[in-house]
Order: sequence, then structure tokens, then C-alpha cells
Amino acid sequence: MSKVIDRETVVEMVKHGAQLVEVLPAKEYMEDHLPGAVSHPLKQLDQEAGEIDRDRPVIVYCWDSA
Amino acid sequence: MPTDGENNNCPRAGDASRKDAVTCRLKDRVGDVRDRAKAAGWDLAVVVGEDRVVLGVLWSKQLEMDANLTAQQAMKPGPSTFRPYVPIKEMADYLVEHDHDSAPITTSDGRLVGVLYRSDAVRLAASANTCVRKMITSSPA
Repeated sequence: MSKVIDRETVVEMVKHGAQLVEVLPAKEYMEDHLPGAVSHPLKQLDQEAGEIDRDRPVIVYCWDSA
Repeated sequence: MPTDGENNNCPRAGDASRKDAVTCRLKDRVGDVRDRAKAAGWDLAVVVGEDRVVLGVLWSKQLEMDANLTAQQAMKPGPSTFRPYVPIKEMADYLVEHDHDSAPITTSDGRLVGVLYRSDAVRLAASANTCVRKMITSSPA
């Protein structure tokens, strides 16, 4: 089950062990990512999903335009 | 939120924006706002609502309008605004390309962070990296 959360909730959840997953292309991850986030580009997510701990909450993010 | 990565130390629009921009409310008289702006050395004033949400801008042209108009009557409503995390080089390129002297920088919910001047952006951009990720994805009128 997925739901949308705000940034305060992100901070709180990460503090309690949630995993941050950035799904943008790797080059963009290299430039900027949230502290502690891991890179699983969307196009590779199917192959890499096994690397994500299923026992902890997962926060997936990309970005909004400016 | 803070970020990690190669661009961690890259200046952003929010860093370079001037935080002491003159602001006014919708009902303020243009003449009064003009006087305040001139006294503070500004050539524009940002019209804000509750919680400093940007509603419009009195650019230099609007500041020279009839002193008895309200800011609401004179302002250019709905200006293009940009988020604080946009890399300075991308902001500088945008401002030059679109021939804007300045732009309001706001949070995603529209609250004023500051005003970024093209001259500041261009100066800082001279030593900044070009980023792969383009954050300005549309060109509002």
C-alpha cells in the first residue's frame, strides 16, 4: 500500500528507520539526492527491487519542477 | 531539505536571493510603497498575502504609476516564481534568456524567500557547475 507524505513525515520516518529510494536516473542522483537515499532508477527498479529491505518502510521519491 | 551529492556546494537560487526585498499588501498605496522601496534602495516591491504568499510584483514601471492606486490595482499579478533549490547557473541562464532583471524565489507553497537579481545570479554562475538535472521545466509567460 502506498500513500503520499509531506517532508516533515519523511524526516520523521527516516529518523525511525525508513529507507529513502530515489528513482531518478543515476546521473541526477550523483548530482543531488536526499541524505541517506539510495539510487534505484525507475527503469532498473524491477531488477533491483530485491535490494530493498522489505521489513522497513520505503519512501520513494523523484522531484517536482521549479 | 538539504541534499548530498556532487552539487552539495553549488550555490542555489535561494542562497543568492536578496532576503530584504520590500513587500507590501494588496491595499497599500502605490505612493507609499514607492517611497519605502526607494528609501530601501529597491526598484521593485513584492505584493504578498497571508504568510508572505506572493500575489504579484510592483516592478519599477508599476511603482511609477499613480500614487493613489492600491498595490492590487497596479501590480503585475501571478509572476513567475522559482524554487530556492534551483542551481544558480540554471537560474542565470533562464534570466538572461528571458531578459528578466530579477525573479521572486518562493517555497513550493508560494511563500516569498527572496528576490534573485540577474546580476547576482550571473556573477555566481561564472564559477558554478552545469547540472544534468534541469529544474525549470516550463516557461511561464
